[in-house]
Amino acid sequence: MWNKISHFMAKSRPTKNSRTSIDALKGAKKMVWNRKIVYINLSTGKVVQKPIPKEMRSLYLGGRGINMYLLYNHVNPGIDPLGPENVLFVGVGLIGGIPCLGSGRCDIAARSPLTGAVGDSNIGGFFAPELRFAGFDHLVIVGTAKKPVYLWISDGEIEVRDASSLWGKDSFETQTVIRNDLGDEEVKCLVIGEAGENLVRFANVRTGIKNSAGRTGMGCVMGSKKLKAIAVRGTKNLEFAYPDELLDYCKEMNDMIMKTRWAKAQSRWGTMVIFSNTNTTGLIRTRNFQLNRSAEGRDLEPESMDRYSIGMSGCYGCVVHCRHRYVLREGSYAPFYAEGPEYTSLGAFGTMVDCRKMETVLVANHLVNKYGLDTLETGGLIAWAMELYEKGIINEKMTDGLKLEWGNEEALFEMIRKIAVRDGFGGVLADGFKSAIAKIGKDSEYYAIQIKGMSSLHSDERPTPGLALGIATATRGADHLRSRPAVDLYGLPEDLLEKVYEGPVSSDYTSYEGKSRMVWWQELLYAVTDSLGTCKFQTVFCALHAPKWKEFSKLIRLVSGMEISKAQLMEIGERICTIERMFNLREGFSRKDDNLPERFFKEPTPIGLPIAKNKKIDKGKFNKMLDEYYALHEWDNNGVPKKETLKKLSLGKEPSHLL
Amino acid sequence: MRKGDDTMRKILFVDPEKCTGCRLCETACVLHHEKTCNPIRARVHVAKWETAGLYIPILCLQCETPICETVCPLRAIKRDPNTGAMLVDYDLCVGCRLCVQFCPFGGVEIDTNTRKVRKCDLCGGEPVCVKFCEPGALQYVDETTTNRIKRRAAAERYSELMKKLLATV
Repeated sequence: MWNKISHFMAKSRPTKNSRTSIDALKGAKKMVWNRKIVYINLSTGKVVQKPIPKEMRSLYLGGRGINMYLLYNHVNPGIDPLGPENVLFVGVGLIGGIPCLGSGRCDIAARSPLTGAVGDSNIGGFFAPELRFAGFDHLVIVGTAKKPVYLWISDGEIEVRDASSLWGKDSFETQTVIRNDLGDEEVKCLVIGEAGENLVRFANVRTGIKNSAGRTGMGCVMGSKKLKAIAVRGTKNLEFAYPDELLDYCKEMNDMIMKTRWAKAQSRWGTMVIFSNTNTTGLIRTRNFQLNRSAEGRDLEPESMDRYSIGMSGCYGCVVHCRHRYVLREGSYAPFYAEGPEYTSLGAFGTMVDCRKMETVLVANHLVNKYGLDTLETGGLIAWAMELYEKGIINEKMTDGLKLEWGNEEALFEMIRKIAVRDGFGGVLADGFKSAIAKIGKDSEYYAIQIKGMSSLHSDERPTPGLALGIATATRGADHLRSRPAVDLYGLPEDLLEKVYEGPVSSDYTSYEGKSRMVWWQELLYAVTDSLGTCKFQTVFCALHAPKWKEFSKLIRLVSGMEISKAQLMEIGERICTIERMFNLREGFSRKDDNLPERFFKEPTPIGLPIAKNKKIDKGKFNKMLDEYYALHEWDNNGVPKKETLKKLSLGKEPSHLL
Repeated sequence: MRKGDDTMRKILFVDPEKCTGCRLCETACVLHHEKTCNPIRARVHVAKWETAGLYIPILCLQCETPICETVCPLRAIKRDPNTGAMLVDYDLCVGCRLCVQFCPFGGVEIDTNTRKVRKCDLCGGEPVCVKFCEPGALQYVDETTTNRIKRRAAAERYSELMKKLLATV
């Protein structure tokens, strides 16, 4: 019988006149349209399933887009992020599950307990497609359970199960125990570790060995709801509008990705490959923010991984496979098997705390994953504490006797544990920068490299104004994954840049010219990428000729039948960015928060190649970039969306409660 | 039976050391065959030991003495003379699943939609999973090449050892 079905599917070709093909698809029950949204109230145990209205898809696609709409609509202003009123959203992207572009990404959102702003984090692995195969695209979790629970989602059924025996278990063991209990090793889980249970404000959500939704403390929100895990298993078909064409096109996309040098390098070394280049140039924060490269950091070069790596590992539907599988056989924490580390961990537990051994990074990476902590925030806070210790702002008495000296790896490991279990000084750092600055006082704020309460990546943006603007304006705090125009670092020809970014952009990465355009453009692209559920590394991140608007548009058509043009996609990106902005404005954030730490303007970079040495951000030029950036978004000079902008983006009547 | 037939055929060669566990083979397979995405209905599966980082793609090995063919009471499983793949004739298959029971590799599966069985058919000589397998854990190569690949890998290890020995002398 399936032969007949497949014949039918093969014959259905797009009609030229399908203007709003959503109407044409009313009869297509099996496609992405039948994936549901579920509202789960953990306080009452009530579970409601609903279809996702088609207009929501054409306005927000899915994943981050729909999550951001839900966030604005369901989270009332000023609520306690750790209270039952905060809502946890889990969303799969519109084209999630197809065999290309790393389409297994999942978006997790809530009001952030770390920053109080938009909380949103993206996670790879295999969870998102499994959720789709179980019949769901979005989960809306509200309330607080009385005792620890986990959700068991299986082919359209949802059950709230007791998780008392899982409470206290680390993020690896939790998954193993759940799989054993359910008797199915194919079950995929989103879990929290001890850090999430202990309400560390930057606790992450994890799946598999390495994948983490690290930023903005979504694990903390899960912990506050006493939700230890979400386990899912699905066996339902996911149908497409044009399956034959889709298969061919996916292959084309994979080839397109693997033609870029960036993907080739990544599939051999992982994201660590960036380190060699940036460290040589002088774009890496070292000793918190004192230096901009680690001269003795040879061992942190990606080649060192050959000593430990047993091969690469990929997320669902990804040809790049950018993470190492590694085994550490010696040392006090060995032996263990783990995956990663990312470029970010090289900074967080390498250069920023001035540890110069790869082994230190590998152990720390394993520890934060085990406890369920955000690698970046943890490293950022410890590096900050080390600088405070050096300056005498904190001392051994405050750190429970720990000598927080640069490069002290034992102190680093101990601090990670202390943060996760909120032990002594760990408890001070566990609440994030805002609270720790208030508690420590003195000049501690000056040394903190944070924006909106969130730690910045270990990259040093002083020589790169474009990248600096990106972290200053990101809606979720100092964040490189909202808008980073990494291609800026390539010095590509200006005519090529102009063609892609549709406006003049300087090819010099130390210049301020056209960088606001780059940041704005990338921001829209990443918003769409996150809503499609594909990986940012498989769009314009480090290669201009990677798939972007046109390719996304075609994939959407082949998957769902929806015709969405490039201009419409950009408008969707703009809508998502603007609703995030509206959420932050409602929570009291404004232009003053789109700023860089003082040190970016005061301390020039001390070392590095001539292009990166003696550079700092010029405040006047930075403010001009910010004006340009707001203008591109069609927001006013204070970063508030104009009335006509809201009207144009159909945001005039938010909250509209369509979902 | 192919006894005495000395023409060289291609086989689907699995090299688990190269597998990265991305499951592109599964999704591409099921999208090609069933026009849908649902890895459970694929004809190739990646068996994973996640906590040890071990991934092994498992699929029908198109055996020389196919047990599925032997046990099939209706002779519904026959070899494709062009590709060497064992194919299920769905007009004959009654869905008794004896082949599923007897295949020692789990190469034949129950199809939850048709209630009959499904297995790898080598896509008529152009396996889609191989096309999608970037790291080359799945390869469609001449029978003799498989040995060459293994010999080469063994020789590399041997040459590393020789280099070490020579360096210490």
